[in-house]
Amino acid sequence: MEPIKFIETKTVVLPRENVDTDQIIPARFLKVTDKKGLGKVLFCDWRYEAGGAPKPDFVLNRPEAAGCRVLVAGDNFGCGSSREHAPWALVDYGFQAVVSTRIADIFRNNALKNGLLPVVLDPESVRKLLAAPGAQVRIDVAAQTVGLPDGSSAKFPIDAFSKYCLLNGVDELGFLLDQEASIAAYEAKRP
Amino acid sequence: MQPKTLFEKVWDAHVVRPETPETPAVLYVDLHLVHEVTSPQAFTLLRERGLKLRRTGRTLATMDHSIPTLPRGADGKWPFIDAMAAAQVAQMEKNCADFGVELHGLGDPAQGVVHVFGPEQGATQPGMTVVCGDSHTATHGAFGALAFGIGTSEVGHVLATQCLLQRRPKTLAVRVDGALGPGLSAKDLILAIVAKLGVGGGTGHVIEYLGPAIRALSMEGRMTLCNMSIEAGARAGMVAPDDVTFQWLAGRPRAPKGAAWEEAVAAWRKLPSDPGARYDREIVLDASALEPMITFGTNPGQGIAVTGKVPDPAAEADRQVRATLEAALRYMALTPGKPIAGQKVDVVFIGSCTNGRLEDMREAARVLKGRRVRIRTLVVPGSHAVKRAAEAEGIDRIVRDAGAEWREPGCSMCIAMNGDRLEPGQYSVSTSNRNFEGRQGPGGRTLLASPLTAAAAAVAGAVADPRRVLEGR
Repeated sequence: MEPIKFIETKTVVLPRENVDTDQIIPARFLKVTDKKGLGKVLFCDWRYEAGGAPKPDFVLNRPEAAGCRVLVAGDNFGCGSSREHAPWALVDYGFQAVVSTRIADIFRNNALKNGLLPVVLDPESVRKLLAAPGAQVRIDVAAQTVGLPDGSSAKFPIDAFSKYCLLNGVDELGFLLDQEASIAAYEAKRP
Repeated sequence: MQPKTLFEKVWDAHVVRPETPETPAVLYVDLHLVHEVTSPQAFTLLRERGLKLRRTGRTLATMDHSIPTLPRGADGKWPFIDAMAAAQVAQMEKNCADFGVELHGLGDPAQGVVHVFGPEQGATQPGMTVVCGDSHTATHGAFGALAFGIGTSEVGHVLATQCLLQRRPKTLAVRVDGALGPGLSAKDLILAIVAKLGVGGGTGHVIEYLGPAIRALSMEGRMTLCNMSIEAGARAGMVAPDDVTFQWLAGRPRAPKGAAWEEAVAAWRKLPSDPGARYDREIVLDASALEPMITFGTNPGQGIAVTGKVPDPAAEADRQVRATLEAALRYMALTPGKPIAGQKVDVVFIGSCTNGRLEDMREAARVLKGRRVRIRTLVVPGSHAVKRAAEAEGIDRIVRDAGAEWREPGCSMCIAMNGDRLEPGQYSVSTSNRNFEGRQGPGGRTLLASPLTAAAAAVAGAVADPRRVLEGR
């Protein structure tokens, strides 16, 4: 994983609550055995007609969405299944962060393991971002802040260990593998 | 000693290394269930890093999501939906063979939907930590296990280390007083709970279900209940083990035997929450006040009584709530204020990790016996063990005589990966767990309900109150 310290980009706004993982990537695309190229089916059924033509009204199909790396959505983003294909698809498409008032637990865990920053902000800050599609934002991972369109700044929580992993581009597996002695000791004392 | 909840007891017993402000806890996993859809990239990770499966005895695999629910053809081949599904299954077989994972795959007499399979093998036991790359892993909490879904990266972590990095979640007590009336089941109860909590209301929490209405549930009912904890955003739901649990587990293939069984039961009896144990939150429901439930919208929290009316967005004061409701009704093409009973239905699906167990098959058969279905109806047992047991009782005959399809075990139309799906615009009444847009096929419209309510819809060709259908009214 590449280290992530700052994200400076424009936003894409998806003003819906409860964007579930079946919308992020429908289950029929989960028959893959690798993780590459899923960005092209991101939000597939919202993004394309049944015949494959792009739906002009969907936000990702508008010209101004090109190159925007932060997705702002309504409350409870990523609810539903544990499919890591959801963050794989978002990252493959080019997103670096997702902003909402609430992000589902499993999705958040999966996002962090793929360098996709889950940003939970207070309702007022998210309201400002939802009202300003295409706003330029600056996310500072170390300071845990998002610079908002009105010049103010909002703080977001992030687990200290996840933050360390993002800032340094390291993954959790290395840390877990280093726990071998503790794991063996734990197993030895169990019935 | 400080009184502890069931969750705290199970959590504390599995901490390999406690959490600190800097690092999450290292939590030991007793049972890791694996299926074909969320594991291939995890095995790739192991290969890339030169890692082995750490504990073969704690890893158990089956296949369910991508597989056909029609039998092998005359040519001996499985009727996969496409080459990708066949390739995924072949990859699973290779991965399990290469890494030494015990696999009960396609054609195996123990194969089944992973959350039906694990418990019926006796692999899921009280006090365990259970994980699987599937959000409905919450199901196993019915045994007093701490069970939750994980992503594929974490599947790799558990394969390699038998551990996960976890922050301790909060606890939420859901206390259910009273008793469910006739014609109601655990499915109605959990749909009512998710409606009350909301689809994100349990985020960050582990639920413990408490109270007389929970104690009165069978193990199948408790599994249905815990299964849908994730539909309120809670990663796990738990029910304290009791004699119902122990009787259900006794004699199962992987359950302890002889003196080890007695010892295990004695330990399991210490798991229920201590008197005075505290939860971060608590909600209370009265089961006696419930009616059979059905969803009308596009998330599992949008549920109403089957005797109720489709809610009117105009009555919602909050703008965002109104917008969400309007979007759901637009997708579902339902009219505000209209009774949900009588709504035309095209397909009924009875099965899934929520309602694919023997008790669910019996419930469906209660309605279907001596009646004819008016619409396409799929009855899909959750495992080969369920299928055999149901067939021994003649349930397959009842289903077929009613004009419904009796299928091979799998996830089937719950997730619509294998070709069992709705056509665009069709309505289903489904015993599965999710009514998200397109969940049962692009453009499909799902109404979630119990097996009784689903079977009632099958014979009526429309949403119907199962109590009336059973009474012949």
